[in-house]
Amino acid sequence: MATEDLPSDFDIVILGTGLAESVVAAACSRVGQRVLHLDRRSYYAANWASFTFNGLLTWIQEQNEEPKPEEVRDWSGLTEEGEELIHLSQADSASITNLQVFSYASEEEEEEEAANTTEEEKAADEEVVKESSETESADSKEEEEEKEGAGEEEEQANQAEGEEPEADQPHPSSPGQSEPSREKISYAQLVKEGRRFNIDLVSKLMFSRGSLVDLLIKSNVSRYAEFKNVTRILTYRHGNIEQVPCSRADVFASRQLSVVEKRKLMRFLTSCVEETEEQTAYHGRPYLEFLRDQQLGDNLQHFLLHSIAMVAEDTPTEEGLASTRHFLRSLGRYGNTPFLFPVYGLGEIPQCFCRMSAVFGGIYCLRHSVHCLIVDRDANRCKAVIDSRGQRISCSHVVMETSYLDRSKVATPPRFLSRAVLITDSSVLPSESNQQISMVTVPPEGGSPAVKMVELSSSSMTCIPGTYLVHLTCRSVGSAHQDLSPLVTRMFRTTESQEEDRRPSVLWSLYFNMADGMASQVEGQPLPSNVHICHGPDSALGHEDAVQQAASIFQRILPEEEFCPPAPNPEDIVYDGDNSSTGEDRGDMGQDDGQNPEQNQNQENPDPEQNQNQENRNQNQENPDPEQNQNQENRNQNQENPDQEQNQNQGNPELQRVGPEESPSSS
Amino acid sequence: MHGRVKVKTTAQQEEEKKKEREKKLKVYVAARDACFSKRKDGVLDDEALQLTQQLLSANPDFATLWNYRREILTHLETVKDEDEAQKIYEAELSFLESCLKVNPKSYGSWHHRGWVSARLPRPDWARELSLCDRCLSLDDRNFHCWDYRRMVVKMSGVPVKQELEFTDRLIGSNFSNYSSWHYRSTLLPLLHPGSPEPPPSRCGGDPPHSCSPPSPQAHFHRVCEEQLLKEYELVQNAFFTDPNDQSAWFYYRWLLGRAEREEVISCAYVSREQERVAVAFSRPVNAQSGGLLLVLDGQPQRAEWRSVHPHFKHSPVWICDLPPGTISDVANEHNLTVHWTEKHTHRDCALYTGRSESWCRDTATDLELFRSELSVEKTSVLQSELQSVNQLQELEPLNKWCLLTIILLMRALDPLGYEKETLAHFQTLKEVDSVRSAYYSDLCSKFMIENTILKMEYAEVRVFSISDRNLTTLCHLDQLLLVTHINLSSNQLRRLPPQFAMLQCLEVVEADNNSIENLEGVYHLPKLEEVSLKNNKISTLADLQPLASCPKLRRLDLRGNPVTQTANVESELAELLPSVADLLL
Repeated sequence: MATEDLPSDFDIVILGTGLAESVVAAACSRVGQRVLHLDRRSYYAANWASFTFNGLLTWIQEQNEEPKPEEVRDWSGLTEEGEELIHLSQADSASITNLQVFSYASEEEEEEEAANTTEEEKAADEEVVKESSETESADSKEEEEEKEGAGEEEEQANQAEGEEPEADQPHPSSPGQSEPSREKISYAQLVKEGRRFNIDLVSKLMFSRGSLVDLLIKSNVSRYAEFKNVTRILTYRHGNIEQVPCSRADVFASRQLSVVEKRKLMRFLTSCVEETEEQTAYHGRPYLEFLRDQQLGDNLQHFLLHSIAMVAEDTPTEEGLASTRHFLRSLGRYGNTPFLFPVYGLGEIPQCFCRMSAVFGGIYCLRHSVHCLIVDRDANRCKAVIDSRGQRISCSHVVMETSYLDRSKVATPPRFLSRAVLITDSSVLPSESNQQISMVTVPPEGGSPAVKMVELSSSSMTCIPGTYLVHLTCRSVGSAHQDLSPLVTRMFRTTESQEEDRRPSVLWSLYFNMADGMASQVEGQPLPSNVHICHGPDSALGHEDAVQQAASIFQRILPEEEFCPPAPNPEDIVYDGDNSSTGEDRGDMGQDDGQNPEQNQNQENPDPEQNQNQENRNQNQENPDPEQNQNQENRNQNQENPDQEQNQNQGNPELQRVGPEESPSSS
Repeated sequence: MHGRVKVKTTAQQEEEKKKEREKKLKVYVAARDACFSKRKDGVLDDEALQLTQQLLSANPDFATLWNYRREILTHLETVKDEDEAQKIYEAELSFLESCLKVNPKSYGSWHHRGWVSARLPRPDWARELSLCDRCLSLDDRNFHCWDYRRMVVKMSGVPVKQELEFTDRLIGSNFSNYSSWHYRSTLLPLLHPGSPEPPPSRCGGDPPHSCSPPSPQAHFHRVCEEQLLKEYELVQNAFFTDPNDQSAWFYYRWLLGRAEREEVISCAYVSREQERVAVAFSRPVNAQSGGLLLVLDGQPQRAEWRSVHPHFKHSPVWICDLPPGTISDVANEHNLTVHWTEKHTHRDCALYTGRSESWCRDTATDLELFRSELSVEKTSVLQSELQSVNQLQELEPLNKWCLLTIILLMRALDPLGYEKETLAHFQTLKEVDSVRSAYYSDLCSKFMIENTILKMEYAEVRVFSISDRNLTTLCHLDQLLLVTHINLSSNQLRRLPPQFAMLQCLEVVEADNNSIENLEGVYHLPKLEEVSLKNNKISTLADLQPLASCPKLRRLDLRGNPVTQTANVESELAELLPSVADLLL
């Protein structure tokens, strides 16, 4: 840790490196505000983070640790007359709950750090383990035949029960024979190649014409990241996975629609873009009713309601149409689906904004927090903060994530999202390309909520080749496991079945609940007027909420300034002889008068050096798939060698914007 | 404010850019002048290659420099060995690639690339194909690239099947791409020969003698029909997905269509009284070239063939007058043969004793003439196509492509049976696509005339009557060679066009209540006796001039025409048309 203190005077202190906070940081630094951006965690992006497999295991462990009792210290020595303190929470104990881990991958000799489940979850755990232990032993048995090394169970509970059912394990299962090419990936392999995973805590996609993409382009932050198109939209229906035709090319190519359905669908999609009187007549009535009256038929109704609008059956028509239009507006901008996904995971996005902030002088410290706010009693404004090292830092605004607030003061009890993360061995809908990135909508069924599922292939650089990373998200009814595991067992193989089973096998899974940011809004909180709260990730698929939060906070802090104007061209920046703070050169990070030279070394600064991280990442991959050569460096090199350019046509929105956006249709 | 980035002002930027531009221009002009002077001096060295490269990478559309480069390269080729030449040309290709990045639609660059590729000692066609694929993925309608690609495919002998798959892929990613559909239409006949030209379809009845025997490629037909059905399905997916996209409709028209008709003599006519022979072809030809021979009773004749109107060098109808007295004796029987040597085809015609005229011909019905626009071997196939397009029309009642295609399919299936529906659809078409209403009117006129010809032939009469049908134009007049009476009353005709002179047997014309202002086509009609032109727009005596060439005209009705208001019209007309005894003004 740094031995030297931070500067004692900032314009804005920001706590938490989630998306909204990071955007505020970038926006404020960009217009010349002095920003101090802190996060008490050891990683960036808070609950928006992405982890390597090993990083995730560590995170799981941390979540399961008992929160340390908050030390109460007396800071009155740092306060002045007329000031009072607001203590902040020192740990985020509430946003993640019901964590459960299951491993179905075959074990090998090496024993990995176990993901301990907390006491109260054990019971639930064991139930599932009974069900899943068959798989494990089956896997182990296969392993034995091949390698003569029976795996050891990872979890305590597994070890206790794992061996038992082996007796009634009949024989090597048929799927193994019918698909000999399906190579089993062992748990040890997952751990060994864990660095190549980037597992997101939240699962979202970027609408191509959503506010996040617009902001990335407008602010030039897009230059720090790479994106891939989601390649297909799927839906789960009658126990089958079907592709949802949503673009013109999809509709044309679809085999499951009749030509008449094709026409009806296309007509609906083109007509609903504009508001008509017919639509207005349905306002307030359910969207499903509107769709039904369009004579679309069951197939199309299902696609439109669940996969395109992604709303519930009772959602009012105007809302359903708005969602449909949002989807359609985004379609075709970068590809055949409306969605982009950041290569290396969603956790990249907050980091990109942090990096932008750092480039414009923002100072970053991880594992560093604020103990309390110092409030001027009369003005009811926060004048300064006391950081975790006991330094008084004055500031004119404080922005913080909800979890920094003392829990007792949060008015609304939070609602939760149920999340599941699966590592699987094949796609839910195998196709010619094994590098599809799929969005799967699962409509609500018999009381279980609608589930949004994203299946990432290794081309998204979030999992290793041969595996798929599957994210499931829904609004919580019960615990994540209760909400999602029935669906998982229907869609995936968690037990070794004897009959022919083409479903993908789950190698490893994680269930947890995360607070729904939307629900945890602070109501009637007597906070000083210059303290601004950001809530965590919401349940929506897009990023509209976080961007909107950041914009409105920025607007409150700096009503006169433009929100994230385009960064200037490097060659247009005028360098004063005595002010070196604006350069984008490495190590020239816009420190204030060089007061804190160590800052760069101490804190993991999301500065241009990230490039190096990315380079390292690439080097770590021994066998880089040509399709994955998405990093900026390679892109530039590849321009010499246009053969590879094709692989990159799903890249950076900013770059794509330059080219023809949509090919003109024939007239 | 502290820490704020200072950015140059726009004025500063402009100034800098301006300076930069000027600098660039200076360099460019200097290099250009150097190039020109080198070329003038006939210098063909590496330095010139460098200079042109520098200029062309800035401006790849400088044709003169590409020419100069080709001069240099051809010269270098003569002084270097093959390996060196290969290297030079390969460098040229990679240079061209950079030019194409500057302007992917540069005529000069693509042409030069074609030239280089053709000269390359060891061409790498796979690389060229992948270059084309990349260009087309950026812009699938870059026709320069399509052209170049066709050349590469031809030179490298890419299998047709693979090319068809290529079009599958392009159409799959964007079916609004006429280039791909068109390419398909050139590939399919190669892959499934015999499919594009099925024998004329028939629905029942004995095949007339003129019909060719079943095609020797009949065994291909099964395959072809299969392929055709697949194509129908593909293209239906496209027009159901987007019925306003014309590329799919055009391709569909091609699929349903049939190749041009063979050039044959469709009718030979001989008139004893006029001592004249008239010959009608299935297509316009030029018989003055000497290819049309007339043999009378085994004796080749020296015949002077002329078209029916001096307007035509090419015409489907040709006439010649026999020397006086050759066939005038009613007691004699004559056998006549006309040979069309250009296509090795002929037609016989016998003029029996006591007959004043004779002919031998294929009727339009025999030839299924008016189905030729759309014709597929099986009626059932067409029927099911009609069904699905009708289905689309129910969903898109105002889609012009859909309506037009329905009309065409109906005509192919049963032109007379669907006449009412066809007319209704034309009416809708004119309303929804008012810009093209005149086109639809003409097309509708054409179809109505075809239907009338069919009706006339079924009735086996020589009277052609088509009144009150909103005709805007006359066509298929070559089919009316034998007609003696024509009734065109109450239409919207504005002229009797030169083709009208093909009606060599015409005796009576009724064309009342039109807007006729021009009678060009009433020209040298040897048998014409009566012309009724009530309520038209003939305004000057000069417009009536062509009538003077018809020797037998004796009755002319001009009531309701502006010309009747002319002073002295009666005496002028008597002078112009002395044969007319019965003049109604």
